[in-house]
Amino acid sequence: MFKVKLRIALRANKSWWLSPVLIAIAIIFTFIISSAMIRWAGANPFAAFKYLLGSPLQSKFGITEAILSATPLVLTGGAVALAFRAGYWNIGAEGQLLAGAICATFVGLHADGIPHWLGIILMVIAGALGGMLWAFVPALLRSRLGIDEVVTTLLLNPVALLVVTGLLNGPWRNPKTKFPETQVLSENVFFPRVYPGSRIHLGLIIGIVALAICWWVVGRTAGGLKMRAVGLAPGAARIAGLKVEKTLFTTALASGAIAGIAGAGEVAGVAHQLTDGISPGFGYTGVVVATLAALSFPAVLLISFVLGIINVGSFSASRALSIPSTIGEVVQAVLLTTVVSALVFMKYRIVLDKGKHRD
Amino acid sequence: MSTADAVTGYSVAASAVSLNGLRKIYGDVVAVENVDLEVRAGEIHALLGENGAGKTTLMRLLYGLTKPDAGSISIDGATVSITSPKIARAAGIGMVTQHFSLVKTMTVTENLALQDAGFFSLDLAGARRKLLALCEEIGLEIDPDARIDSLPVAMQQRVEILKALAGGCKVLILDEPTAVLGPQDVDSLLDVIRRLRDTIGLSVILITHKMHEISQVADRVSVLRRGEIVATENASGMSIASLTALMVEGVQQEIVETGERSSQGTSVLAIKDLTVHLRGHDVISELSLEVRRGEIVGIAGVSGNGQSELVQALSGVFVHQTGEIHVDGKLVKGGSPSAFAEAGFGRLGEDRHASAVSALTVEENLILDRLHFFSKPGILLKRKIRKFAEESITNFAIKAKPDQAIGTLSGGNMQKVLLARLFGERPLAAVVSQPTRGLDVVSTRYVRQLLMVERNTGVGILLVSEDLDEILELSDRILVIFKGKIVGEVARKDFDRIAIGAMMAGV
Repeated sequence: MFKVKLRIALRANKSWWLSPVLIAIAIIFTFIISSAMIRWAGANPFAAFKYLLGSPLQSKFGITEAILSATPLVLTGGAVALAFRAGYWNIGAEGQLLAGAICATFVGLHADGIPHWLGIILMVIAGALGGMLWAFVPALLRSRLGIDEVVTTLLLNPVALLVVTGLLNGPWRNPKTKFPETQVLSENVFFPRVYPGSRIHLGLIIGIVALAICWWVVGRTAGGLKMRAVGLAPGAARIAGLKVEKTLFTTALASGAIAGIAGAGEVAGVAHQLTDGISPGFGYTGVVVATLAALSFPAVLLISFVLGIINVGSFSASRALSIPSTIGEVVQAVLLTTVVSALVFMKYRIVLDKGKHRD
Repeated sequence: MSTADAVTGYSVAASAVSLNGLRKIYGDVVAVENVDLEVRAGEIHALLGENGAGKTTLMRLLYGLTKPDAGSISIDGATVSITSPKIARAAGIGMVTQHFSLVKTMTVTENLALQDAGFFSLDLAGARRKLLALCEEIGLEIDPDARIDSLPVAMQQRVEILKALAGGCKVLILDEPTAVLGPQDVDSLLDVIRRLRDTIGLSVILITHKMHEISQVADRVSVLRRGEIVATENASGMSIASLTALMVEGVQQEIVETGERSSQGTSVLAIKDLTVHLRGHDVISELSLEVRRGEIVGIAGVSGNGQSELVQALSGVFVHQTGEIHVDGKLVKGGSPSAFAEAGFGRLGEDRHASAVSALTVEENLILDRLHFFSKPGILLKRKIRKFAEESITNFAIKAKPDQAIGTLSGGNMQKVLLARLFGERPLAAVVSQPTRGLDVVSTRYVRQLLMVERNTGVGILLVSEDLDEILELSDRILVIFKGKIVGEVARKDFDRIAIGAMMAGV
């Protein structure tokens, strides 16, 4: 009997063209799969993609809105990438962002009479502390008792959201409107706009600086080398005398702090108050960003911008073609799936076994 | 060439396998070039060569794991295209590597039945019959109902061999079969190999680094050097010296003066009443020993008598143990790996792949255990690191670039990087476990000389090795370990293989 069998084998040597080709294939598949779903939703896929990717780039407003939308992703993506580099699977950037937003809001509600520069610094510190606080318990459980951080960080996300809604329906409820949202914060803590005529705020600069620091720390410092060693081969790192648990703990807190600053940025730069919709899943999207960026910090910046475009574009697509605006999330999810699949082929290849087999 | 071999004296027998003009190129590296090799029916044919000489590539070609770029393979005189292990097995070729392919939670019989099983059919009774018949024929004893994970490694290896035989194997490839065995088990394995030849006429291709195994069992031996067969001879006519010469000819060798042996120094490593409790019993019980400045103390023992656990205790793997470990007179508190590192105690584990971060570069691996020395304040000192890496590469004759991922190095070079890391730190004392396991002759010699040099500079070294020759060659004193206890101590002037062997066996 003649038959062809497929099997998976480790790729021995990687060619330079491999990763761009695989990424291109992943993007083509993303178009094909998303097109089917857009068609299903009753719209023309080509028109939808024109709106999703094209329309935000056609106006200065579109571009600045995409950058605004990318700002929290730069921070959450960087936070997740940092943790993942050390092999700490922090899926809790969402909760850490919310905790950062809560602490920043607390500062913003009590900032009357302080100088603006101090207000901004306090907001950043409060955001970082909040994120760190939320990352603390899973980090401690992991490093002391070996409890899986994927579960603990993930499960603390809805808890953070419950704390937000609890505060908004309780002590922080807006006294004037009675809506479950805080009153507008003191102007002393607003992040200044950094590009005239747009909503782009200081958070973007902070995000880029944070990415640069992460990139530098991971690549150029002793601590960063420890993180990489622990992430790549914890056993060998331990044999070399590195304190694996301590490294994981420190990294987890740093990651939480960065995600927390993203929360402070949303409060101080965009909303100027705390609402329960402060984050439409920026923390979860951070995992997508970090993964698509293959944990490279410069790539986090690029991917955040691409996803920012899709976010903004999904609203114009939704308006123009009357399809749900969640189409943007669908495209992002498909992109994640195809890119992760492509990454498998980066490491492995499919081998054809041809020949006659006796069965 | 095959006609020339056929008249060299050994009874002329039919050829079981012949490789004709095989060539395999990986990228720009010629792994195997123009190899002609004939294995006769019912002979034990040893294949000798350094690491990287092409032994493994050759066997992968024969077993269908990779395809040749040129040349052909014939089995029983007929040319066969072997494109997969399945085809190789159908053609009567079996292979046993160091990594067994047995299902550990199943019995011996079940493992044998598994290889013939269809989707819905499993012939346990038939497999059992076949197994017992084979054992009877060869004169082996094995419990068909024993679970694999209850068997010692040596037994598992026999099951692996029986499995290949039950699958209809006529030519058996054994890839460094003794690397996983203790000295006693080596002899019985060699005996089994001999019996396989004599009872069922099996042809065996024995890949090995160890010369004395060749003189013990092989009928003929082929020597591979840089991908080419440089000689095929009757094993009985070859001395260890001439084999070594054939294998390493033209390879640069450094001879290092080892200097006077004296061990009058102060104690740099002292273990007091160490007990390690594992798997329900004491694998090490109340063990005490001492290593002084500038001496090598060898731990001799049959594998599985607590050597691994002793090394692991000294590497900080078992934190919860009783007893005390002192380095340079100071108690190592906590017993974690970092505590040992801080105490100035060097460690070389038995598995180099577990000790190196393979995706990091050579220089990053080199500095991993003393980052504080190469960073200021916390920032890596690139130039200092590069300089140290280049010095280590020169001093330790490592064939690598500083920014090359360590996982791409050969075993010998990887081991040299780990030794450079260990001794670059100027430790007072060190434990070195299986330092030359799986290394080729040149690397082995280099590593051994290096240990002598470090000893002469004053490092106290505890050497744990399953290679008794290595221990005899290097040690100033030998301690014999048996069932987790030190049962004897022999000074260098009293070294005696037989006496030490008896102690190792617990006599």
